[in-house]
Amino acid sequence: MRRFLGSSLTKKLVVALAGLFLIVFLLVHLAINFLLLKSDPSVFNSAAEFMASNIVIKVFEVVLLLVFLVHILMSVILQIQNWMARPTQYKVGTRSKTSFFSKYMIYLGGIILIFLVLHFFHFFFIKIGWIEGDSDNFYALAHDLFKLPLYVSIYVISFVALSFHLNHAFQSAFQTIGFNHQKYTPTVKFLGVLYSILIPAGYIVIPLIIFLSE
Amino acid sequence: MQQPGKLDAKIPGGPLKDKWTKHKASLRLVSPANKKKLDIIVVGAGAAGGSAAASLAELGYNVKVFVFQDSPRRAHSIASQGGINASKNYKNDSDSDYRLFHDMLKGGDFRAREANVYRAAEISNNIIDQYVASGVPFARDYSGYLDNRSFGGVQVSRTFYAQGQTGQQCTLAAYQALSRQIKAGKVTMFSRRDVLELVLIDGKARGVIARNLLTGEIERHSAHAVVFATGGFGTVYYLSTLAINSNGSAALAAYKKGAFMANPSMAQIHPTCLPVLNDYQSKLTLMSESLRNDGRIWVSSKKGDKRNPLDIPENERDYYLERRYPAFGNLVPRDVASRAAKERCDAGYGAGETGLSVYLDFKDAIKDQGEEVIGNKYGTLFDLYRKITGINPYKEPMKIYPASHYTMGGLWVDYNLMTTIPGLYALGEANFSDHGANRLGASSLMQCSGDGYFILPVTIGDYLADEIKTPQIPTDGPEFEEAEKAVEGKLSKLMSVNGSQTVSSFHKKLGQILWTHSGMKRNEKGLKQALQEVAELQEEFWKDVKVPGKLEHLNHELEKAARVADFFDLAKLIITDALDRNESCGAHFREEYQTEDGEAQRDDDRYAYVSAWEFTDENKGPMLHKEKLVFETVTPTKRSYK
Amino acid sequence: MKITLKIWRQESAQDKGGFVTYKMDDVSTEMTFPEMLDSLNEDLIKRNEVPFAFDSDCREGICGMCGLYINGRPNGPQEGVTTCQLNMSMFKDGDTITIEPWRAKAFPVIKDLVVDRTALDKLIQAGGFISAKTGAAPEANAIPVSKEESDIAFDAGVCIGCGTCVASCKNASAMLFISAKVSQFAVLPQGRVEAKERVQTMVAQMDALGFGNCTNTGACEAECPKEIKLSNIARMNREFYKAKIS
Repeated sequence: MRRFLGSSLTKKLVVALAGLFLIVFLLVHLAINFLLLKSDPSVFNSAAEFMASNIVIKVFEVVLLLVFLVHILMSVILQIQNWMARPTQYKVGTRSKTSFFSKYMIYLGGIILIFLVLHFFHFFFIKIGWIEGDSDNFYALAHDLFKLPLYVSIYVISFVALSFHLNHAFQSAFQTIGFNHQKYTPTVKFLGVLYSILIPAGYIVIPLIIFLSE
Repeated sequence: MQQPGKLDAKIPGGPLKDKWTKHKASLRLVSPANKKKLDIIVVGAGAAGGSAAASLAELGYNVKVFVFQDSPRRAHSIASQGGINASKNYKNDSDSDYRLFHDMLKGGDFRAREANVYRAAEISNNIIDQYVASGVPFARDYSGYLDNRSFGGVQVSRTFYAQGQTGQQCTLAAYQALSRQIKAGKVTMFSRRDVLELVLIDGKARGVIARNLLTGEIERHSAHAVVFATGGFGTVYYLSTLAINSNGSAALAAYKKGAFMANPSMAQIHPTCLPVLNDYQSKLTLMSESLRNDGRIWVSSKKGDKRNPLDIPENERDYYLERRYPAFGNLVPRDVASRAAKERCDAGYGAGETGLSVYLDFKDAIKDQGEEVIGNKYGTLFDLYRKITGINPYKEPMKIYPASHYTMGGLWVDYNLMTTIPGLYALGEANFSDHGANRLGASSLMQCSGDGYFILPVTIGDYLADEIKTPQIPTDGPEFEEAEKAVEGKLSKLMSVNGSQTVSSFHKKLGQILWTHSGMKRNEKGLKQALQEVAELQEEFWKDVKVPGKLEHLNHELEKAARVADFFDLAKLIITDALDRNESCGAHFREEYQTEDGEAQRDDDRYAYVSAWEFTDENKGPMLHKEKLVFETVTPTKRSYK
Repeated sequence: MKITLKIWRQESAQDKGGFVTYKMDDVSTEMTFPEMLDSLNEDLIKRNEVPFAFDSDCREGICGMCGLYINGRPNGPQEGVTTCQLNMSMFKDGDTITIEPWRAKAFPVIKDLVVDRTALDKLIQAGGFISAKTGAAPEANAIPVSKEESDIAFDAGVCIGCGTCVASCKNASAMLFISAKVSQFAVLPQGRVEAKERVQTMVAQMDALGFGNCTNTGACEAECPKEIKLSNIARMNREFYKAKIS
């Protein structure tokens, strides 16, 4: 068992499975976010209320948090090992044909992580009462934030980073869990690119609409 | 040591097909407990050395393996392309051990031992079994069973293949078996070592002196027996199909310590190689003989025709092999095909700018079988050709020319593969073995693997049975001392010349002399001239060679210099042997001895023997010993492929 | 044509090393890359300088001995070739070519452009074999193997152990190398017997030797001179998880 957990392949599997979980979560989260575009705050707020009170969701939240942490932790460990595997760099940077964004995953991940921390401050920490704010009206909070040009800029940049991250992550996760098929892999790759564009675009569209509608 | 004139090949008695079985049963054994106490040195780790080392270690011996490359996986057996023969008769074309034996013996122009050749054929099937079990992905047909193809000099399909990389797959299987034994601690691997000297104690082979190529350190290694599986010395011609670092130094060291060198002049010039294009060329890449299964060889019927081959109409093409040898056509043996190509080119019909190449054309095969089938069979070879030349062989014929490829000659060994030095064995291409005066395609992998997997591990026990009381051989004795001094002396001498010419320039000149006078065609006058020229060049080498760098260092130039220094002696042996043999047989073609239609004229009355040369001293020439070839089963016939 | 070469020179493993620039005035487009290097070395010897060291043996792309990092790519700009098969016609008059040794923790530099790749041997020793004892093999046709599977095994088995995959990978990972061997034996019935043990010991050895981890960048597949596919890595991943779960 220790050999299993200690292996690089196991770590990679964990990163991939956690990543796939997060990919699905992104979709669910986006669906709720779209409620922000409704003029009636109560729909979004009751959804938020439901999320905050339902026991299943509460458990899910812990799971989600753990998944995030595991994804990040394992990736960082692997990345450090990867850096150590080539102590002397080439003087001429690589010109090999590679999956472009694969080279920047850790940095893109870092940007997303910074956003997550911000996000936690605004929503999650209010919700659990660690910081002050109106925990009953997330709708208003979101709308307030989306009126700030700085916040919207950070938000957009973060989701562009997410898009790039997903661009490699989606197909890479399938490869890591061992799915590579002559016939279906091109489809997976296509879906990955599509997903990496559509989902972040969906997230970005919401604040932009709110910001521009002011 | 053998008495002069008394070469005992130790061929067992009895009917041909029972000899090996009976012999195995009569050999002495070493118990498992005693095997643990015995050390064996194996030099070289190709198909022969790798399989031998793995099999010996599996039996329980302590094995030390030496290679000059960084890894045992790089031995040049890896470059063998076309296939490996076995008499499985999977094609139901009446193949048998006897037919394989007969083809080999005839292919070798009746200059090999019957008993050895029959044994090679007899164990050929076990080799295929062994390789398949080891995971070699030989080609299969849609039934899931193994596929075969034909090779030169043969009218059945008995060649097992893995596209154009059969040698790679087999060598890697041996390498992997070796790796397993390294992991098990039964084999100690010494890579990046040049074995430069053999150490004899009381006349027995007891160790080697090796140079650590990374540190320059001269090392002593001892064992109860020593096995040389060091390959051939075709690089003596400078340009060859061999790896540029392949060499004959270990074999020459053995020769100088008393091992006889057999048939050194029998050097195979392979017909299907990439032609020489320019002065810089360091290598003539082989295009597998298997291509002659479906490819047709031709030249223009007009002299000096510089047209694009696609513009030469069918009726102006001379398919000279099909014309001269209707029975075998494009599948005549290598020596015949090479000479025929040389004949056409010398007569002015050669293709290309240099006029030193012939066409190998797949147009008809692609028309008959389709591009996909041809691609399946030769895809990797076509890609290789395209990568090197930029020409797509699916569309345009290849241009090929003969090149130095394989040495049938090598260290003389008896039926047990032991040289004339007790305890020194030679395997694979390093021995003179089973191919006579010409080797048929796909029989080298077969012989190397047979020697390594199935012959040596059995026969070496008979010798080691006497050694079970010999403790580990110490390396501080005077014999090791002396051998080490000799090596150090030679290397420092090379470093100290500090002349003006590079090692490679000498090697090129040597190759040119040999290629001109002792290549596909030889004559007395040319050979005598060559002997003179080589001696002069050798003298010049020791006066004017320039070896830069240091001794205590990775120094490729020093490695090369030590090898080239030995090539001069090997070249002289080749020429001396070629001069002695006043007949034409196989690859050895003396222009004075040919039939009216230009075929080789053998002289069985005077030359049905193996020439085994003994080193006398540096100033005197070698001494000839003759091992008479006795044919009990087969009557040598005129070798005709017409 | 005229070429400027920037060659990494390093006296020994301990030496710091650095680039030395050489100019060549008379490079033929017919040369292969090592032939060009040979001719430079010959010139250096004649000029009383010490030639640089680089590994090369078969010169036909099969032994795996050569391997240089040329202008930011292992084996240079030509696709699907080893360094020894690289043609100088891939370069133009006036080009500057920068040559570096393979870089990886597992491949320490020995001298100049020569690196130590024995780590690859250690990977094979860890389990890259079928334990078929000499003489114990059954009749070769006793076990039919479908042509499809046999072809997959062959395509994976053509690996020449040159280390290009490690050199090209931004993580210096040997995943393509071991996955080729794992795949070759995983699809063959003769190799299935030890499949579980093999994949685990090989992966453990890879981790222990300090190779990096695969991040599916695809550089190895793009640069492999034998065009070994990434699908082998996916297959190895499956084999590994299967072995661990069962």
